[in-house]
Amino acid sequence: MPQKNVVEAVRDALLEEMERDPTVILMGEDVGERGGVFRATEGLLAKFGPERVIDAPLAESSIVGVAIGAAVNGFRPVAEIQFADFILPAVNQLISEAAKLRYRSNGAFGRPLTVRTPYGGGVHGALYHSQSIEALFAHIPGLKVVAPSTPYDTKGLLKAAIRDPDPVLFLEHKRAYRLIRGEVPEGEYVLPIGKAEVKRQGTDLSLITYGLTVHYGLQAAEELAREGVSVEVLDLRTLLPLDREAVLATAKKTGKVLIAHEDNLTGGLGGEVAAIIAQDAFEWLDAPVMRLAGPDVPAMGYAKTLEDAYMLSPEKIAAALRKLAAY
Amino acid sequence: MSTQRQRRAEAPELKPGQLSKPELLQMYRTMLLARRLDERMWLLNRQGKIAFVISCQGHEGAQVGIAKALRPGVDWVLPYYRDLALVLALGMTAREAMLGAFARAEDPSSGGRQMPSHYGSPRLRIVSGSSPVATQIPHAVGVALASKLRREDAVAVTCLGEGSTSQGDFHEGLNFAAVHSLPVVFVCENNGWAISTPLREEMAVKRVSKRARAYGMPGETVDGSDLLGVYEAMQRAVARARQGEGPTLLEVLTVRLTSHSSDDNQFTYRPKKELATETRHHEPLAACGRYLRQAGILDDAKAQELEAAVAAEVDDATDYAERAAPPAPETLLERVYAEG
Ligand SMILES: Cc1ncc(C[n+]2csc(CCOP(=O)(O)OP(=O)(O)O)c2C)c(N)n1
Repeated sequence: MPQKNVVEAVRDALLEEMERDPTVILMGEDVGERGGVFRATEGLLAKFGPERVIDAPLAESSIVGVAIGAAVNGFRPVAEIQFADFILPAVNQLISEAAKLRYRSNGAFGRPLTVRTPYGGGVHGALYHSQSIEALFAHIPGLKVVAPSTPYDTKGLLKAAIRDPDPVLFLEHKRAYRLIRGEVPEGEYVLPIGKAEVKRQGTDLSLITYGLTVHYGLQAAEELAREGVSVEVLDLRTLLPLDREAVLATAKKTGKVLIAHEDNLTGGLGGEVAAIIAQDAFEWLDAPVMRLAGPDVPAMGYAKTLEDAYMLSPEKIAAALRKLAAY
Repeated sequence: MSTQRQRRAEAPELKPGQLSKPELLQMYRTMLLARRLDERMWLLNRQGKIAFVISCQGHEGAQVGIAKALRPGVDWVLPYYRDLALVLALGMTAREAMLGAFARAEDPSSGGRQMPSHYGSPRLRIVSGSSPVATQIPHAVGVALASKLRREDAVAVTCLGEGSTSQGDFHEGLNFAAVHSLPVVFVCENNGWAISTPLREEMAVKRVSKRARAYGMPGETVDGSDLLGVYEAMQRAVARARQGEGPTLLEVLTVRLTSHSSDDNQFTYRPKKELATETRHHEPLAACGRYLRQAGILDDAKAQELEAAVAAEVDDATDYAERAAPPAPETLLERVYAEG
């Protein structure tokens, strides 16, 4: 099977969906001639022309708002927000409009749109090219939030997002874009939104995570295996709706859970996952549910010292897992 | 592909306004310092010593002309990431700029927290800005509102690129300033490109300044390689603001001599010919040098002397910043809220 990186998986999914369905159109800043600042849309302007690959003016609220309008009127727009940090001017369109349009019209108006955006740090992006924004939107019923970790999942889930009848915020970890390679089969496959996946089987501890941190977690699990501790790694893949069954299954299986995410601790996804476990897997627990997350500071700094201090790493995860194992 | 900016084909004749020869020479020196510092930063980036560069190259004339009409430390400035020459003209030092480029603890703008070129200095009344574009526009309006309420004559000046005028914050800020007749000057440094997006895909008007009328304020376009033209236009705008006549939208035509940033390669979307034409006609450092020579202010000996002095300053700034300490990891947790 061919090996691809995450950006190539995004591009393949966009290409295949645009070939399959003429109502799929792209819009965003620099997505045309430049092919996106991360090259995720490279070659698509040449293939599909400027009516389907639209270089938008530099204004995110209009990118999302226009995508909503086009979705109401028969298209399946895929909007790109150049960096997740810059989705904030579009929050009103996402939360007041995309999330609520179907509900407020009592089902009359659908809006099948996808908003793709690179998020996360570890790329010298400083405060405004590094943020994790998932918790803001994972709180909003009416949206779906997807955050895959591997090239395989990225392609299958992006295709699902584009075909989904509701708005999907599709989060691509920008450090993973070229760092993570994996097998991606040629041709058609779609993965279900709302399903987590066990990326490594284990019996002693569970690590629940998503995005780039899955890869750091797998490295940490490998390390702990050498120390005789068997760690199960659950990749959430979809953050809204959360896969409660998969969360509870791994918690009940091992009885000890660490939840890890790069997003800062307070109000992050970890709290929600911990609450699900506390409520429905309490009797199975052998230790308190633990969380490892970015520190509660506004964002990571530019200097390497500050970025490293913020970011999770296989070492930091391994240390937290050892602590949990010793409980 | 052209940027459709309809400029004069030739570099304009510079006319000596009220500026003295030493003042003009000093302005030229600041432009030169900005250019050589910026060039050094690219070199350091290619050597792997600094992670990111975003350039002022091609904007120096506009920025030095704007700064000359201001009172550093009195008037407020809310710059954007291309404004190296502007902040140098206001009084930031080469060392301070390099400390930011190297993300050192001593970096006066952010202590190494922000990407380079996100300038801030309470001493110089340069207000710290973020990366999401155009967010500084409403801030400038608020700063001007506060000055007006206190009956001070300080003017607020804010800069942004032409692509960034597409943002809602730009519209909202200009409207607010006009309604309340606030002492603010909006400077649009129009280089014709927003990363890979040419002007015609950002807006359906050819001049950003045309929009001013719709807000109820004057708008003016000047050529950024015309140092004195920029200075005079800025003087008019600042005078209006000080006299309580309200805001102005000043558009300065510049040329982006480099890629958008060190993470970009402009020749994947920008025709080399377009850059060459723009450079030939509107490169500000050369235009200013030509004028100073015509006016008998600069000659070969003086030019060499300036180059040598600037090179020494750039070397010193680089050495100093390279040796300076990075921020300690635990400082990541500091200053989220007021301390002590
Ligand atoms: C809200 C927001 N969206 C996107 C970006 C990414 N971005 C940074 S600079 C830039 C282009 C800005 O172009 P322009 O305003 O013309 O200024 P120039 O860089 O040409 O001086 C973009 C899209 C951003 N910084 N902020």
